[in-house]
Amino acid sequence: MRRALLLAPAWGWLLLFVAAPAGILVAIALAEPDAGLPPFRLAWSAQGFGTLAADAFYLEAVLSALRVAALTAMLCLLLAYPMAMAIARAAPRRRLVLLALVMLPFWTGFLLRVGAWIGLLRDEGWINGVLRRLGLTEAPLPLLYTEGAMLLGMVHAYLPFAVLPLFAGLLRLDPALVEAAEDLGARPFTAFRTVTLPATLPAAVAAFLLVFIPAAGEFVIPELMGPPEAQLVGRVLWQEFFQSRDWPVAAALAVALLVLLILPIRLFQRMEARR
Amino acid sequence: MLRRLLPLLALLLAALPAAAQERVLNVFNWSDYIDPYMVQRFTRETGIRVRYDVFDSLESLEGRLSAGRSGYDIIVPTSEPTFARLLRAGALRPLDRAAIPNWRNLDATLMQRVAAIDPENRHGAIYLWGTVGLGIRPDRVRAALGADAPLDSLGLLFNPENAARLARCGIMVMDSPTDVLPSVLRWLGRDPNGHAAEDHRAAEAALMAIRRHVRAIIASSSILDALATGEACVALTYSGDVIQAAARAQEAGRGVEVRYVMPREGAQLWFDMLAIPADAPNPEAAHAFIDFLLRPEVMAAITNHVRYPNAVPASRPLVEEAVRNDPAVFPSAEMLAGTFVAGTPPREAERERTRLWARFKRGR
Repeated sequence: MRRALLLAPAWGWLLLFVAAPAGILVAIALAEPDAGLPPFRLAWSAQGFGTLAADAFYLEAVLSALRVAALTAMLCLLLAYPMAMAIARAAPRRRLVLLALVMLPFWTGFLLRVGAWIGLLRDEGWINGVLRRLGLTEAPLPLLYTEGAMLLGMVHAYLPFAVLPLFAGLLRLDPALVEAAEDLGARPFTAFRTVTLPATLPAAVAAFLLVFIPAAGEFVIPELMGPPEAQLVGRVLWQEFFQSRDWPVAAALAVALLVLLILPIRLFQRMEARR
Repeated sequence: MLRRLLPLLALLLAALPAAAQERVLNVFNWSDYIDPYMVQRFTRETGIRVRYDVFDSLESLEGRLSAGRSGYDIIVPTSEPTFARLLRAGALRPLDRAAIPNWRNLDATLMQRVAAIDPENRHGAIYLWGTVGLGIRPDRVRAALGADAPLDSLGLLFNPENAARLARCGIMVMDSPTDVLPSVLRWLGRDPNGHAAEDHRAAEAALMAIRRHVRAIIASSSILDALATGEACVALTYSGDVIQAAARAQEAGRGVEVRYVMPREGAQLWFDMLAIPADAPNPEAAHAFIDFLLRPEVMAAITNHVRYPNAVPASRPLVEEAVRNDPAVFPSAEMLAGTFVAGTPPREAERERTRLWARFKRGR
């Protein structure tokens, strides 16, 4: 009884903010589009999902979003490992400062940071200005509205999500293990590959997923910094909702993405449970 | 202690209903689309506080309104397709002319053009209007195409050879199938409002032929910035946005000259309507605001600021001379004769357009 009472707020939260919205989403996905306000009529129609299945366009949008999200997560991991290792090895007093430095960008608005990148990357922006003044380029380099700009923006936005779990994982790793490997003649990279990486693998997977899952549905960065051809699922969702004004198809796409993203989470839980 | 607190408490209680009664007007308008000083003046004159919110495409406006209970008192949808669609969905409140004495200031001929979709103009007054055309940097375009290249044709953008040569200095197209496809069809010599399968095929082929050369397909507000900073040398967008960009570029004084070109093939004409959502929380304030905006001196200030023409002829003498005599702002009668108004495509055509547009953006 006491346990039930203790758990009540958590269950209430889940019901109100997870289950109910998901239920509404499914209801709209099964509705029929209509000219009224709101632009759908509740029904049991598979039309929304049917449209998704009939047009390869949606599958491609999902696949390209997964590819960009995976790329972002890998790049974040590559950058986050050395950062997290440096922080974990620092004196405990300095760790706090270093962690604060990782978190600090989060205190500025997300859109402001994207806006700052746009200002840096545009044709008349700072980077092109410096390059031209140094005489390295004549015409401005096209930096903005490229896949590179999009990845840069995504990695910058999601990097802290990778650093924090890795740092926590590395903190639990006994430094003596790495020292032993090095004493036995392993070079730093070999020691990392054979000792640090396997020991912190769950943290790495957690870091990967924490970046991958929100990045898969990202809308703002591809829209503001990416090339027009990057038709990721987040942008396609926006188009269905705002341009076609077809809420059932938009909702069906959101449900499909949700189901798709639950898979890796379940796999991760299995892996954790086996350990 | 308590005695000292009591008067304070009384004061607080007295203040509460006043705060609750404070009248607020919620406006949802296009970005960069009003003289901010006029909003302050409205508040000063009426005591109604204005909460001002902006959108930068019809798609965002419609998305927000579709959910219902948007909480806005004034919205500014374009006559076709958004105003027409909202009207059909029953989302607009009929206007009470008695509360808008300045209604008589409206240009009857222009209002007549909107009456085709809103019989007797019961639901909206024209706020500002304009055309869709090209924003260009004449020096860059001449450098790329030769000194005697015609600058007033949609061919500047839609002719693939021209687009290839202009790609380096930056081609941009606003991200709105509603406001781009009619011009594409017009350039092809087709009905701008055609939505048969072959119209869509032809438009898609024309867009795909220049796709490689298009640098960005973004919101009109971003194109305004790009034109002002010199990032784009040819952009298909709204007339007033180009004229605002030109003014900003001139202020910046970095040698960027921007000009608006109304295509000789005929430009898409649009009217932005002042309308009140059916569920507006404060319709009285909304009527007062419309009446305020239709005053000649207020409209003149707005046109001076945003460089779009209005529908209040009496404001014309009060508009700055440079703006008044700029044919890019106030097109001549002959120029207007060649314009067309976009229609409201049926739902199936709408989906095909969205899909076509997505393929255009993706480039295959």
